[in-house]
This record gives sequence, structure tokens and C-alpha cells, in this order.
Amino acid sequence: VKKNQSDKKAKMTHEKTRQRVNVVFVGHVDHGKSTVLGRLLVDTNSLPKGKLEQVQERCKRSGKPFEYAYLIDALKDEQSQNITIDSARIFFRSQKRDYIIIDAPGHIEFLKNMVTGASHADTAIMVIDAQAGVEENTRRHGYLLWMLGIRKIIVVINKLDLTGFNRKNFDHVVKDFSGFIKNFGIEALCYIPVSAREGDNVVQHSTNIPWYDGMTILEALDSFVALKHSEDRPLRLPVQDIYKFSAYGDDRRIVAGTLSSGKICVGDELAIYPSGKRTRVKTLEAFNTPALNCVAEGRSIGFTMTEQIYIQRGNIVTRVGDTPPNVSTRLRASIFWLGKEPLKVGNSYSLKLGCTKERVKAEAINLVINTSDLSQQDGKDVIRAREVGDVTLRLAHPIAFDLADNFPMTGRFVLIDDYEICGGGIVLEALQDDATELRDEVYLRNEKWIKGTVTPEQRAETFNQRPALIIITGKKGMGRKRLAALLERQLFEDRKVVYYLGIGTVLYGVNADLKKAPLHDNWQENVRRFGEICELFLDAGMILIVTAVELTQADLSILKTVVDTEKITTIWLGKKVTTDLECDMRLDNGDHLEEDAIMIRASLQKQGIIYSP
Amino acid sequence: MDYLDELENFSIYIIREAYANIKNLGMLWSMGKDSTVLLWLARKAFVGHVPFPLIHIDTHFKIPEMIQYRDRLVREMKLNMLVGANEDALAAKTTFPDGAVDRITCCSLLKTQALTATLNGTGRRLRYDHDTNLYEDEPARDPFNAVIVGIRADEEGSRSKERYFSARDQQSEWGIADQPPEFWNQFKTDFAPGTSIRIHPLLDWTELNIWEYIKRENIPTVSLYYNHGDGKRYRSLGCYPCTFPVESPARNVDEIIAELRVGKFANIAERSGRAQDKDDEGGLETLRRQGYM
Repeated sequence: VKKNQSDKKAKMTHEKTRQRVNVVFVGHVDHGKSTVLGRLLVDTNSLPKGKLEQVQERCKRSGKPFEYAYLIDALKDEQSQNITIDSARIFFRSQKRDYIIIDAPGHIEFLKNMVTGASHADTAIMVIDAQAGVEENTRRHGYLLWMLGIRKIIVVINKLDLTGFNRKNFDHVVKDFSGFIKNFGIEALCYIPVSAREGDNVVQHSTNIPWYDGMTILEALDSFVALKHSEDRPLRLPVQDIYKFSAYGDDRRIVAGTLSSGKICVGDELAIYPSGKRTRVKTLEAFNTPALNCVAEGRSIGFTMTEQIYIQRGNIVTRVGDTPPNVSTRLRASIFWLGKEPLKVGNSYSLKLGCTKERVKAEAINLVINTSDLSQQDGKDVIRAREVGDVTLRLAHPIAFDLADNFPMTGRFVLIDDYEICGGGIVLEALQDDATELRDEVYLRNEKWIKGTVTPEQRAETFNQRPALIIITGKKGMGRKRLAALLERQLFEDRKVVYYLGIGTVLYGVNADLKKAPLHDNWQENVRRFGEICELFLDAGMILIVTAVELTQADLSILKTVVDTEKITTIWLGKKVTTDLECDMRLDNGDHLEEDAIMIRASLQKQGIIYSP
Repeated sequence: MDYLDELENFSIYIIREAYANIKNLGMLWSMGKDSTVLLWLARKAFVGHVPFPLIHIDTHFKIPEMIQYRDRLVREMKLNMLVGANEDALAAKTTFPDGAVDRITCCSLLKTQALTATLNGTGRRLRYDHDTNLYEDEPARDPFNAVIVGIRADEEGSRSKERYFSARDQQSEWGIADQPPEFWNQFKTDFAPGTSIRIHPLLDWTELNIWEYIKRENIPTVSLYYNHGDGKRYRSLGCYPCTFPVESPARNVDEIIAELRVGKFANIAERSGRAQDKDDEGGLETLRRQGYM
């Protein structure tokens, strides 16, 4: 009895360290994926008790010959059509470890289900019919596996019983398929000659195939080594949310997210993109765990910061000193399209990358690839379903992202059209936009910024206000300056720390050197310097009111690169916005500037910049 | 990270995605081991909080220990608890235990229809009042846009084909043959108004994983799961007229884990003690297309 117990204990300890590998079964329709899988489950004794008999009995009753594939196709409507319509998860354990097997459909109509199935796989089993050879979806699935991030696969050449177990067909398929995958980055770990129906080389070594002495499917699966990244890689933590649950006296402000690369430790200095702002990790937060000092890739975690900088969902957290992500409004990507409507140049979509979501326009289609034969076409302006395109995208606002080759999780995205995910993409290249240079200047300025010991929170507490930039713009003669002065006076009398700064003040002072050339030649530089001055006032904790004539979206975009976007409120004074500016507020009370001021103050209260008296 | 860590962290990611993307979110809690693990994962995701209501559909045929356990955890964890039921069917006694309808129809009335009505706000909801310790009528009944549900892919065929984020139309019907793609960790989080959404953070967990996690985290469970000396325990919990205990000597979590790994249940499906699954072939699939969990 004692020995039995210690055996059990040994088994339990062994179980604890078990790993799980996700495997997707892919291949052209009718090449026998479900049969291979069914056979694997039967020969490893992995089926629930009575399942095999139940399916055999059902076949007998309906007068159909039994097929291993029926085991997998558990749903009624699948059995009548005899094709796998969706990716089913199957749980399977070998002596060595646990598997989730995803049986992906081979029928072309169900490619989105194949994509879903392969999206979480570590490796794939590609099933190819020895007689039919490499077909359209063999190639398409192979290429998509690569796009989805799979690098090593196991190739099963099936139905050898139908070719008399001869080597010729096998060799032909090996040559054909290896020639195909050579074109991109997929490696076949092995090619296994199999008859799934007869059970050759699935779990048992085949006696029918004496010319093959390699691994069976089960051995090949067990020998696969899942790729593990080093913790020393740069940190990537896409911000999923910011939590402030005030229930039961909890006052933590927690940044939540899952590390997609590297590690994060208490005390680390962080840089958050796209803003490039810096702070430090104060604590790592989790529930029902001992206090944490460091966590690594794959962990879903929360952290608090020593300095409460502005941060929002979709930002990417890295450590200072790590390779930063790219920040731009333009990128080049390879996109696999699945939409009912084709992707068209000039059309707008939503892009989701990491945890960010942004409007995006297809700027150009550089190349279209037919995934079934890799033939390329240029000069096209649409990508149809099941095609892959090399596309240039332009985002409405800058986001932080990586190249898929370096950081897969933050280098992949989906495009959404009319509520539906219509395509998946991998980022190939970060492209420059108008603000690239300015952004780099701002990152450097943030890095070199010399800080005192007074924190923004202390200023906010003492001044009883949060810093804000209020931009009053509109056509000439609408009373912008009078409103700004009035608002300054009112806030001042409310004991707020406030200042009114007109753009003219800067044009003739700090920017005097720029006056030698015509204003429009240096306009961007004028705006940039104006923004830098605003940033100083805001860092000092002040409410700054500025005025400018007919501000454009381009002007605002410069200001937003230089100043924290969340601190800016834009107000258009007058009936109609005469530029392309997307303002936060439009006021049109004619000469009743008092009413305008009341509305602005109400908005400041609503935003929590000042508090109701 | 071992595989339990991987499962835990990915489930937390899914729960956080649901909370970040969807307004009027709730979580179904049946007091069974799976949805209790789900509740635990929610507390992990929100570092000790559960920032949305938990919903229980009470068929009034639940085993009494389950209700006691529910209310104990509601108090201890300070949960926002909502309870709904098909009061018309219960009053008219159109139930299987009353001999009026078959098992499948009973499930459809007391669970599926009650759930639909509770979620869309047409049915009465009771909310636990932490001051009075009583369930009070909930006057405002905003429809829920989405519910987080603790189904697992290993339970049966149709569940093995679920997405992490799954849309149901206004009739709660599930278009199983035309589901949207899920690329990597990007789920479908954009929905036309009126769509109801199911979120499934536990799809990749097996029954064994659930128990291993209960052990690791020391999660409180209903005593019905354990043998108290008569050699019987419940492996799966439901309504008492349709859920039967299994023969098993397992007295605690460790013994259940051993039984599932190498013992008598290593190759026997969990829901073998649920009668409604057997009434017709594919009975559960029919129920699930109509909105059953």
C-alpha cells in the first residue's frame, strides 16, 4: 500500500510541472484531418468512455460505414454535411503532456474558422493526401500559419494505404510542399507517411511502411518544443484599463494589462507611449498572491505609479532604456482579408492593436498576393476576401506599435468594418508622418526635463485645481480675447492659479527671431514654441487660457504632440467652425460673453479641473 | 508559468477585455465549481473587486445547500447579487418535477426563458441588500448587453466550438455556422445595437484544471461535491430532480483531483449525471441554440 501511495505522489508532483501545447490541424478539405485526429484519440485511449461505441452504434443504425472523423464532428448538422464547419477544441493527454487540439475546417468557406483555430496554436499538423498532393488550401493554410505567427509545423502525408504504401507519392508531396514553404518562414519539423484509417504511424510505428524509420505523429507532437521568450527582452505591456475602485475605502489607481514581452519590477522607471511620459512602478497589484516584486511575460497584472501621469487604454508601457515602440500615424502591413466587401483604397476602418483602437484609412495597396499560389499583382486598389495585401495605412491619431517580427503581440492588429473583424494584419514597417521629428524632440525633452521635488499631485492639492489648457479660437472679431480676459478674471477671483496668454504675446517675444520671414513660412515652428511655453505653465500646475485665430486641426495636432492631450480643451467662438478643427465645445451666445464664461466653468467642473464651490 | 498560470492569466485578460469594452455587463453564477472559479478570476482581474452584478437564475429546484452557499459568499465577498426566475411557469407548475412537461421543456422554461427575461429586463430581478441581508425587488431593470459565462469546451460538442466572445441575436439565437473570426487576442468587441453577447473565459479549462485551480487558490466550494461517508458525491450541480450524485469515495479536493487524473473518472464525461443531456440526441445542442448556457 505504501509503495502505491508514493507512486501516486510521484505522479502528482510530475503532473504539477506539466505543460500544455496547443496544436491546430489544418489542410485541404477531404485530406483526412478529422480522421487523423480521431485515430490519434482512439489509439491513445483518450476518448470518453463509451464514445467510440456510441458513434459506431449510431452509424450502424443509420446504415453508414463508421468513420473516425465522426468522433470529432459531434454536432448533428456537421455529420450530415460531413465537413468540419468550425474549430472544435479537443483535449488530449499523452504520457508526456497535455494538448488542446484544434480541428480547423479545410473547406474554403470556413477560412475564418481556420484562422480562429490557428490563432492560439503553438504548432500545426498539416495533413496532405498522398494521392491528391498539395492543393489550393494546403498552400493557403501553410501561408496563413506563417502570418498567424506559427514557425514550426509537422507535416502528415495521409492515405498511404490508397497508394499501396509506396514511396513515390510521398516523396513527390515532400518535394512539392517543402519547395512551397521555402518561400516564407515556415519550417517542417518532419514529414510523416501515414494511413490514418489503418493506424499506420499515428501512434504505432507502421509495418506497412518499412522505408520510413522516423517519428509517429504522437512522437513528433511530444518532441515539439514550444518557443519561450527570455525575460530579458524589452518590456511591452499594453494598457488594458485603469482601475480606481473606490468601494470599501480602496484608493489605489491601478494600471492593468498583460505583459506581452519582458518583465516589470517594483521601482522600474517606465516610459509610456505614445506620450513618452515617465514614471516609476510603486507596487505590483494582484489578488490572493503574496507581495510581488517582479512579474514576466504572459502575466496579467496591475501596477500603481509613484507619479500619477496621464495614461489610457491602448498605451504601451516599456522600461526606460528598453527599445521603445514605434509611434506614428502611418505604417505598412501585410493584411489577410476576410471581409464580405473588399478592402478598398480610401476606405476607413477601425484598427485594433494590442488594446488600442483607432480609425484608420487604407492609403495605398502596394501589392496583392494570392494565398493559394503566392502569385503577386501590383496596381490594384482592392483586396478581396482570402487575399493578402501589402498595404499602407494612415491612422487618425498616432499610436504606439511594434514590428511583428520583433514583438508579435504588439505588431499584430485586426481591421473592423461595420462591427465585424474583417482582416488581420502584421506590421512590416513604421512609416514617417508629419510629426515624427517633433515627436522625437518631445521624447528627448521629456527625458532631459529637470524635475524638482514638488510633484504634480502636491501642486494640484495646494492649488485646489488640475492643470489645463483652454484654447479659445474662432474668426476674428468674435470676442475671443475679451472672453479669455473675463474667464481669467473670474477664475482668479475664485482663487485659481490662472493665466491668459495670447499667441501674439509669443509671436513678438520668444518668436521674435522668426519674424524675419513671412509668418506662414514659419507657422509650424511658431505653434511648436507656443506649445512648449504652454507645457511650462501646465507643469507649474496652472490653468492656462490661450487665444488664437481660426485654429486648424494641423495646429492642434502640433499642440497635442507637445502638450498632454488630456489637458487640452478647445472652444470655438461663433456660429460656424470655419476650419477643419474638431473642437470640444462651440459657443455662440453673441455678445453675452458672461454666459460663455459660465459654460466654460461648468465644463471645467465637469472635467474635475476645478471643483464646485 | 505552468499551464494553470497560463489558463489563469489568459482568462483574466478576457474578463478585463469584456469590462473595458462592454457596458451593462454581468456574470452568471450558478454556484457550481466552474462559475465559482470564474467569480474568483474576476476578483483576480479587478484586484479584489467584482465591478459588475452576478446573476443567478433560480429554478427553485436547486439543492438547498447551494442557496445557503450563495448567500454566504455574497455577504463575505460583498457581491452585487441579482436573482431571476420564471415565476409564471413556477406558479402554473408547468415543470418536469410537477409532471407537466418533459425535462428539456422544463430546462427551456426555468433556465433559458428565465435567463432571457432576466437579462433583457422584462423579468423580475431581486437584488441582495447588504444592509437588510434580504433580496429586494430591483425597480430599475436596464437590459444587460453581455454576460460572462463559465462554460468549458470539454463539456460537450457544441461548447467545444464556442468563441471567447460570442454574439447572440435579439432572440438569443446562436448562429453557430457563421461565427466571426478571432485573430490572436483580438476578440469581437463591436456589436450592432441590440446584440447580446456571451463571454467565455473558461473555454480552454478542463474539469481537472478547475479542481487543480480550486486547490491552488483554496477557493470555497459547495459541500455537495464531496463524499460525506455514503460513498456518493455530486460531480456536476444542477436541479435536484435531474442531477444525480455519482458513486465516489472522494472526500476532498485532493481526492477529486486524483480521481480525475488517474482514477475512475479519468475517461468518463462530467455531465453523465445530468439527465437532460440524454433525453434526445443533441438535446443540449438544441437547448444551447435557443440560449441555454
